[in-house]
Amino acid sequence: MTTDPSMPARSAAASTSPERPALVLRGLRKDFGTIAAVDGIDLEVRRGEFLTLLGPSGSGKTTTLRMVAGFMAPTSGSIEIDGTDMTRVPPYRRDVGMVFQNYALFPHMTAADNVAFPLRMRRRPAAEIKKRVADALELVKLGSHGDRYPRQLSGGQQQRIALARAVVFEPRLLLMDEPLGALDRKLRESLQLEIIRVSRELGATVLYVTHDQEEALVMSDRIAIFSMGLIEQLGSGEDLYDRPASLFVADCIGESNILRGTYEVDGGAGGWMTREGSRWRVGGAAAARSELSSGAAAALVVRPERMRILDGEAVTDGMNTLDASVDEVLYLGPDTKYQLALGSGQRISIREPREANARGLQRGDPVRVGWSVDDGLLVADPGKG
Amino acid sequence: MSDSWRQPRRILMAALGALTVFYLLAPTLVIVPMSFTNAQILSFPPEGFSLQWYEHMLTDRQWSTGIVNSLIVGLLTAALATVLGTLAALGISRGRFPGRSLVNGLVLSPLIVPVVVIAIGMFGLFVQWKISGSVLGLVLAHTALALPFVVVNVSTSLQTMDRNLELAAANLGADPRRSFMHVTLPIILPGVVAGAIFAFITSWDEVVVAIFLTSARFRTLPVEMWEQVRQVVDPTVAAVSTTLLVVTTTLLLVLVFVRRQAPA
Repeated sequence: MTTDPSMPARSAAASTSPERPALVLRGLRKDFGTIAAVDGIDLEVRRGEFLTLLGPSGSGKTTTLRMVAGFMAPTSGSIEIDGTDMTRVPPYRRDVGMVFQNYALFPHMTAADNVAFPLRMRRRPAAEIKKRVADALELVKLGSHGDRYPRQLSGGQQQRIALARAVVFEPRLLLMDEPLGALDRKLRESLQLEIIRVSRELGATVLYVTHDQEEALVMSDRIAIFSMGLIEQLGSGEDLYDRPASLFVADCIGESNILRGTYEVDGGAGGWMTREGSRWRVGGAAAARSELSSGAAAALVVRPERMRILDGEAVTDGMNTLDASVDEVLYLGPDTKYQLALGSGQRISIREPREANARGLQRGDPVRVGWSVDDGLLVADPGKG
Repeated sequence: MSDSWRQPRRILMAALGALTVFYLLAPTLVIVPMSFTNAQILSFPPEGFSLQWYEHMLTDRQWSTGIVNSLIVGLLTAALATVLGTLAALGISRGRFPGRSLVNGLVLSPLIVPVVVIAIGMFGLFVQWKISGSVLGLVLAHTALALPFVVVNVSTSLQTMDRNLELAAANLGADPRRSFMHVTLPIILPGVVAGAIFAFITSWDEVVVAIFLTSARFRTLPVEMWEQVRQVVDPTVAAVSTTLLVVTTTLLLVLVFVRRQAPA
């Protein structure tokens, strides 16, 4: 996937900005025994950018972060921070801040002493330390908690202290390893905004690791999707959602209805997907992006909000349809979600604004589903296993 | 209810427990009243009340030098064993080198090897080195015996310590030495103190190796007791025993306190 020069992953990396990137990874690789945890990745993070490494556990995102921090030496490849090669530099000379999932606050120090630690290690004058610690605590809105010990603080407060500690010395790069993983949903959402605010205020370059796709979408300028030690795709949340380069990415970002079948090129622009007597039109743009040839095993990906239930209206040329029966009707406040069963037994879901739901559909009702040809995304189907 | 049969059972258990504790403690505690006796020989039950044997212990030259010698050897042993044991524990639990578990086994071996074997081995060697019968010789020997206690205590602390704290320290700019001084050591300190106390106690009441490695001019308290008991059974021994007991018990109480203070 990453070898294709037309992919967003490559075009983003190749676009040379006049400014030096904050972080450059070249051919970065880490082997554990015979297994490549990170299988040779290239990545450039722009200054001031918030870039998220997203992927399932074991996909290499955390290993990559740990190599950037210097906790682990790469098997091969290089790490350049601010134009300096840091591949062999020990972590304490990298000038990189890190926030850990379990906070990793020093239990024998007060919050203020924790925040002062990186400044003390840099032998800054006492007056400067005092001022910067106060500013950093203020930045995370814990100005009055400096004399507390970590065990006297809540999880969210501890993570904000950890954030203050990681930015107080103005590191060249801020690394975050699933920093919100241990917090409950509500706190997570408020801290997401907090982290975005702090990183914007400081103009920090952030490399963020998470397995939560919603978190990645909310926080990131760009997202690198990791799978089996490789970057599957790199792009903005919008890029990944609207133009996933693979089935894996489509599945990883947002909800997807995946219709597997065989792809046939159709002379001019576009083509057809066929499966068990069903036939769906593939739009020209989607077909061109996929670069698939006739006979390829492929999947048509349609987002739930792009599909709708047809009310007996005439089906136009630019529209695909399929027949299904209602399995569940779920009310999600502003939206209604329909779980539908296809003849094959496959489930798909549709999301419509609530106003559109005046039909009073019941479980078992037959429905016809339609979507615009241009809303179908075509990706190769690597098959299961 | 089911509690009705549990009640007598619990009483029985408590009685058995109390009996066991009595069996374990009685021989030790019987010495305490004996030390306050007015009589001239070691006897039980004691007659009258007197502090004369404590006075004798402190004024008699042999006894008082024994106490001082034991304190010197114990403190030096504790210091040496704590430094070496802490470093060994760090190497064993943090280092990556072949034969790590072999090193661990060797360090812990004094716990298993019969003390008299260690004593004879060291005696042979130290006589050759001409450090038998000296503070140095006994401190070296006791350090070997005390080392496992320090290693075990410090290793336990290191294992329960969050490794991310050391990574965080490095990330925030602390080189390995400063990371140890500012983060690791303060966090494992309860384990280090516990190890030091164990090391001191190990030396403080050690008699087998000490018999081999002391001389008529340099005796520790337990050796002095051993020598005197064989000659005169005078109640000073009881006073000395009580003193040993008080010191050891106090240190063990300190240990309990230190463990309580340890962060989870």
